[in-house]
Amino acid sequence: MNGASELIDRWLNTCAAWALALIWVLPLAYAVWTAFHPAAYEARFDLFAPLTLENFAKAWEAAPFARYFLNTFILVTMILAGQFFLCTLAAFAFARFEFPGRNILFALVLLQLLVMPDILMVENYKTMRMLNLVDTIPAIALPYIASGFGIFLLRQTFMTIPKELDEAARVEGASFLGVLWKVYIPLAKPTYLAYGLVSVSHHWNNFLWPLIVTNSVETRPVTVGLSIFSAIDSGVEWSVINAATLMTSGPLLIAFLLFQRQFVQSFMRAGIK
Amino acid sequence: MRSFKLRRDWIHGWLLLLPALVFLFAFTHIPAVTTLINSFFSTPRGRRPSKFIGLDNYERMINDPVFWKVLWNNLWFAIGTIPVSVALAIVMALWVNEKLAGRSFVRMAYFTPTVLPLIAVANIWMFFYTPGFGLFDQITGALFGWPASNYLGNPDTALNAIIVVTVWKEAGFFMIFYLAALQAIPVSLKEAAQIEGAGRWTIFWRITFPLLMPTTLFVCVNAVINSFRLVDHIFILTDGGPDNASALLLFYIYEVAFRFWETAYGATLTVALLILLSLLAIGQFFFFDRKVHYK
Amino acid sequence: MLKSTFLKAVAATALSFSTWASAQAVDLQFYFPVAVGGKAADTIQELTNEYVAQNPGVNIDAVYAGSYQDTVAKAITASRGGNPPQLSVILSVDMFTLIDEDLIVPFDDYLTNDEDKKWIEGFYPAFMENSQTGGKTYGIPFQRSTPVLYWNKEAFKEAGLDPDVAPETWDEMVEFGKKLTKKDANGNVTQWGVRIPSSGFPYWLFQGLAIQNGAILANADGNKTNFDDPKVVEALQFLVDLSTKDEVMAPGIIEWGATPKAFFEGQTAMMWTSTGNLTNVRDNAPFDFGVAMLPAKETRGAPTGGGNFYLFKGASDEQNKAAVEFVQWITAPEQAAKWTIATGYVAPRAETWDTETMKAYTADFAPALVARDQLEFAKAELSTYQNQRVTGIFNDALAAAITGSKDPATALKEAQEQADQILNEYR
Repeated sequence: MNGASELIDRWLNTCAAWALALIWVLPLAYAVWTAFHPAAYEARFDLFAPLTLENFAKAWEAAPFARYFLNTFILVTMILAGQFFLCTLAAFAFARFEFPGRNILFALVLLQLLVMPDILMVENYKTMRMLNLVDTIPAIALPYIASGFGIFLLRQTFMTIPKELDEAARVEGASFLGVLWKVYIPLAKPTYLAYGLVSVSHHWNNFLWPLIVTNSVETRPVTVGLSIFSAIDSGVEWSVINAATLMTSGPLLIAFLLFQRQFVQSFMRAGIK
Repeated sequence: MRSFKLRRDWIHGWLLLLPALVFLFAFTHIPAVTTLINSFFSTPRGRRPSKFIGLDNYERMINDPVFWKVLWNNLWFAIGTIPVSVALAIVMALWVNEKLAGRSFVRMAYFTPTVLPLIAVANIWMFFYTPGFGLFDQITGALFGWPASNYLGNPDTALNAIIVVTVWKEAGFFMIFYLAALQAIPVSLKEAAQIEGAGRWTIFWRITFPLLMPTTLFVCVNAVINSFRLVDHIFILTDGGPDNASALLLFYIYEVAFRFWETAYGATLTVALLILLSLLAIGQFFFFDRKVHYK
Repeated sequence: MLKSTFLKAVAATALSFSTWASAQAVDLQFYFPVAVGGKAADTIQELTNEYVAQNPGVNIDAVYAGSYQDTVAKAITASRGGNPPQLSVILSVDMFTLIDEDLIVPFDDYLTNDEDKKWIEGFYPAFMENSQTGGKTYGIPFQRSTPVLYWNKEAFKEAGLDPDVAPETWDEMVEFGKKLTKKDANGNVTQWGVRIPSSGFPYWLFQGLAIQNGAILANADGNKTNFDDPKVVEALQFLVDLSTKDEVMAPGIIEWGATPKAFFEGQTAMMWTSTGNLTNVRDNAPFDFGVAMLPAKETRGAPTGGGNFYLFKGASDEQNKAAVEFVQWITAPEQAAKWTIATGYVAPRAETWDTETMKAYTADFAPALVARDQLEFAKAELSTYQNQRVTGIFNDALAAAITGSKDPATALKEAQEQADQILNEYR
């Protein structure tokens, strides 16, 4: 390849990448635009439109977002911790132990990949009621904690780890839990990262089940708080809903901006496959 | 000795599985079995308890034109979202992986859909699609003088409009996995190929793409599940309309079970969805298992 | 089996503790939906807090439960899970569904003396049509609305129309609409004459047309619909013609949520929408606007809409009594006035309009009276047994006709057949 054509090639690629990036960032850009301008400029893009913070004040007043945000954070952490713990143990059992019923049980686990807890809301609500957990954050988390997807994914990863490593550790006197902790979990780090990302982004956005199973400000996540603005009788107030969206997604967005280097690098070092 | 080890293995295996299984049974299997049983009964209404009606619910499903419509919509939705979002994700990852002017901005832009909750984003997309003063109409009107287009209110375009939002949401998310996989590919491989005179295209198809295969499978499993699960934005964008043109199977199940309160029929539709997903999943599982495990 | 026995034991213990704790005051859980943005939720919370402060014997936990749709889903799910609220605001049209599910109790048992009976009579009859059946009162109107016509006075002036006169009849609306529809050099419409939103629940505004044409969509027992009545077909044909033949309205399904914005942006000179929008339009319209009753055909007419208070089964007598007292308080003139001013909902009792607060408000903002005056012509909102499903079928038929995939007569005939199949068992 000669220099000139390579230059053109690079230039074309850069342009295309930027074009796509601009399209992708459009919803966020629009959210920023409307959030900082009066409602009258929701559909008019005038460079000299007056700036305002009133939408944030309105959104902030409409719902206790600080609390909702904390709830979401607790919820996501709780789910993730539970999922990592339960799925690791189960995946380890499937990957490295021989026991009767293994295949049947594995099939049962896979079944959960398909039976999304959202479908079973009425039944699950009954269970929560029985456990006296209605209107608590654990009630939102529990149905999702044992994840078929997580077990499956970790099992696949664990199975790719050479048995020799396992045996070497055992010779050194490690118990099977020690082996899991010292050999399997460190080697499966990328899978945890990938799965963690899937899980967090899913539960960060989950709406219907939390709405049904919670009643109070102390337990409700951000998505339920946002839904107050989706009421359509009086028309959508884009400026306020977008201010609320920015407030609630802001921390995640800023965290990503600050840490994106480290984030991608840790992915890379781990190298998910 | 061997049998002792085996038995100890049994106990360890079972103990390790126990906590996960308790949760799986409590929140998935037992409720799912109840659902299956419910599909053979009539819907209990306060004044009339449910009674066994055999396959009546299934017969109704076969004769329900809406069921066939949403099933067809869902297949179209899957065909429309999965390949496009996976392909876009690969392209995005390739770009962001290269030395590109303003790379961190581009990467951040691709990542935004993951951070914004779908329920909030749906409102933004609604504005984009709004006829007349919506963003798309403002752009096409100013550039080409096109008349207003009612993307969401026309049965021919409503589902496609939903597909676009879904692709936007998914491609950026999947890109992250590809990016990580790409960065794990040794540069020396590529350099060796370049020395042998291979073009970019050849390098991609001969080296990069095959090495990305495991990620592709992982992403595909996710994409297939999502194509039957992502319905949040439909509630805000079209509510399944016009005349069910943009309703998907899970949306219809929600509608039947939580709007019409026909829980028995909802259960029947759920069973149908499960059968469909099982067929897809079994196929994928065997593919996935072989590729990753025995590589 | 063991697990569930154990769980039940745990639950029972916990339950007995909580009953013991609440023996001191009457506890009420109250679900409310919000369909008009953040302010409404605040107002309900404020009113509830005020009541609790005044009545130390009662403790009310007001729970925002999402949209109307979410609220009914939440209430039914909670009831089936054995944990019903004692009180909830739910769409008035869900009355038959709630009766059918055996979830609610009539108010009559707690309204025994003459004063109470008089209280019931104080509500506007148009609102009570959706609140009573079989001689019993199941719902108390609260968050009620009705659609009205909003028009842009400046656009009227520009089109050479009298800015202070709204169309009185269907024909006038079309005639005005033709004058108001503007096109640019490319032949693209920049301003439509009228906008009747049809996304999600097209039946509501369409019902206005049907009533004006002299048709009633469903009987009072909620077990028979008249979707294929020729008058209904004619009304639907009129709606379809607005965009196809007369070309005064945008084609296809028209979004509800974007409708006020389209009005503000001058995309349409007239719009039909809920009185729940009054406050919004007042605050945001950058031009002079008017509010009028919907135009007439054979008669004036409009559906009512919105939510009622319902008493849920499973509460103690004491709780129900406390709930009824709360409902009586919150619908009383002063509280109702506050609510109406904050949201634009129509105060459900005539006496509210005589309060000083309300008089001051209407003197300053006359359009608020239009909705009240229209109540004289209003009819019950379409409501049947298995309501969501039946209206769902009707909505699909309307959408099919509006988007041109079926002609009105066929679409409505099919809808009627499907509705008959469902409602047969309730006759």
